[in-house]
Amino acid sequence: MQPFERHEGLTAPLRQDHVDTDQIIPKQFLKSIERSGFGANLFDSWRYLDEGRSDQRHTQRAINPDFILNRPGFAEASILIAGVNFGCGSSREHAVWALLDYGIRVVIAASFGDIFRQNANNNGLLTIALPEDVVQELMQHSEAGGHRLGVDLQSCLIEELSGGDTREFAIDPIARQKLLQGLDDIGLSLLERSAIEACEQRRCSTEPWVFAPLQDREPSP
Amino acid sequence: MNSPRTLYDKLFESHWIGERSDGSSLIYIDRHLLHEVTSPQAFAGLHAAGRPLWRRDANVATADHNVPTTDRDRGLDGIDDAGALIQVKTLDENCARHDILHYGIDSELQGIVHIIGPELGLSLPGMSLVCGDSHTSTHGALAILAQGIGTSEVEHVLATQSLVHNRLKNLQVHLSGTPAAGVSAKDMILALIRRIGTAGGSGHAMEFAGPTVEALSIEARMTLCNMAIEAGSRIGLVAFDATTRDYVEHRRFAPRGESWERALEYWEGLHSDAGAHFDRTVELDVGALPPQVSWGTSPEMVCGIDESIPEPESPTQERALEYMDLKPGARLSDIRPNKVFIGSCTNARIEDLRTAAEVVQGSRVAEGIDLAMVVPGSGSVDAQARSEGLDRVFTEAGFEWRAPGCSMCLGMNPDSLAPQDRCASTSNRNFEGRQGYGGRTHLVSPAMAAAAAIHGRFVDVRELGGAS
Repeated sequence: MQPFERHEGLTAPLRQDHVDTDQIIPKQFLKSIERSGFGANLFDSWRYLDEGRSDQRHTQRAINPDFILNRPGFAEASILIAGVNFGCGSSREHAVWALLDYGIRVVIAASFGDIFRQNANNNGLLTIALPEDVVQELMQHSEAGGHRLGVDLQSCLIEELSGGDTREFAIDPIARQKLLQGLDDIGLSLLERSAIEACEQRRCSTEPWVFAPLQDREPSP
Repeated sequence: MNSPRTLYDKLFESHWIGERSDGSSLIYIDRHLLHEVTSPQAFAGLHAAGRPLWRRDANVATADHNVPTTDRDRGLDGIDDAGALIQVKTLDENCARHDILHYGIDSELQGIVHIIGPELGLSLPGMSLVCGDSHTSTHGALAILAQGIGTSEVEHVLATQSLVHNRLKNLQVHLSGTPAAGVSAKDMILALIRRIGTAGGSGHAMEFAGPTVEALSIEARMTLCNMAIEAGSRIGLVAFDATTRDYVEHRRFAPRGESWERALEYWEGLHSDAGAHFDRTVELDVGALPPQVSWGTSPEMVCGIDESIPEPESPTQERALEYMDLKPGARLSDIRPNKVFIGSCTNARIEDLRTAAEVVQGSRVAEGIDLAMVVPGSGSVDAQARSEGLDRVFTEAGFEWRAPGCSMCLGMNPDSLAPQDRCASTSNRNFEGRQGYGGRTHLVSPAMAAAAAIHGRFVDVRELGGAS
């Protein structure tokens, strides 16, 4: 996972509450066994005017000129600002992969769906929750275009690069460390191998039926 | 004397491994359910890192999201979509490689992962259970610590049999009152989501309790827990009781004999203690609750059948009404769907199909309904329904009876809405385009969907009589 220390980039406002993961990456693009290549279909049904198919070249599709990432000066955005409950719905990690693949490194929103946020943490996408009025203010700044922020995870500060307030943000300290170091999560957990084994043994004695072999009891047809 | 604990606290503690060096909590995972869409990248990651599977028999797989609901006798050859075929085949290959129990497209026990888990006794009380699918909350109806996870976490569970899971807060949803005939668990959960919103349960494990819940069947409790995620909670729970015991006993993989007795003794403790602390409690009296219908593009945009479409209160709601092509003040009973879908992990169990069949019995699908389909949740549900003649009730009325899978709940297989289609659906999400590009979804109960098919519009099933 790519470590996240500091990012400076252009913002784009997505004036929607409850942006669900079906919107972030619609189902027809989930039929891949890869982790990459989803960026072209990020926000597909808002971004394009037709119904997308996975076998299409996105460069040949009609784009929706009103969608924020299609408006002049916003396509290069790497910091997305959205309303409440961003990333609710399906657990599809493809939503996070699509955002990263497009080039989004930070999402600022009033709140996030729990599973989405965990997926983001597991992939180096920084999610920052700020009070609704602050999000609204940032959106207003962003609307004008050319609005750049510096997001520093070491100091937990958001700087207005074109002058203005510097804001603090709060983040779960564990998530922060993980993002800063770009840790291999599985490697970190496997350091606890003996604790996992001890728990397994303990559960084996308190709830042995949980560990009954399945294959031996393969049913007769 | 220990201080009183909630059911979630008990389950969390019995699975708690300890803290990692970064301070996060690890919990042990007893059961891991896999399907074709969210597992391939996880297996690929495992293989690339050269890591072994931690415990084979924790894992069980089935193909459900992508499988077609027609031509199933053709097996893999019946999958026209190249991407879907690759995913289903990849799951076959990964399960063969690791010798994982797999109910593939040809298995008569194949079905929606959240339906086959409980019905086969793979999901047992007291377990921790995960799946790369947000509706994993369903299994909580059996007092299981069950939650949906992302693909990175799927890989993590395959390799370590554990999940990073920091303790959630406790939310109790207390349901009281006796619902009117025709009003179901689906109506209750939709009403709850309307009340607390789709982010209402974020950060909390949601336990459903109270006399109404105690009187519900396990299948109805699964409908409640299934949509806990639509209320923001990745975990839904119901305490173990005699109803749970009767449901689990004799299931294919349920413990037997002495092991069963020992399990029962343990499971008796799977409830919140008197006086346990909940960070939040929500009370809902369902005694006068009308059947619910969603009108917008979020599961919190819901009304009783006797209400009118409300005035939008936000740009998001305005946009939803525009997408749904509905006007404030319009009566829900004047809405005329052209498609009806009875299925999904929310409402494709045998009781759902019985309830819908009771409404359909002896009637015909209305003109104006272009397609009414029933997709049983599993091969077992399909077989049971056929043995009761339910398939005939539906097909004689003009419904299509399909093969098991997720189908039009998310339209990854060929079953999807066309633009401007309006669907009465027993599924769980009415997001824009969820059931098909440009399609409009109204979330309802099985009885309400069946009645919409027969009457060509939404009707109040309480007024039909006969439905019990």
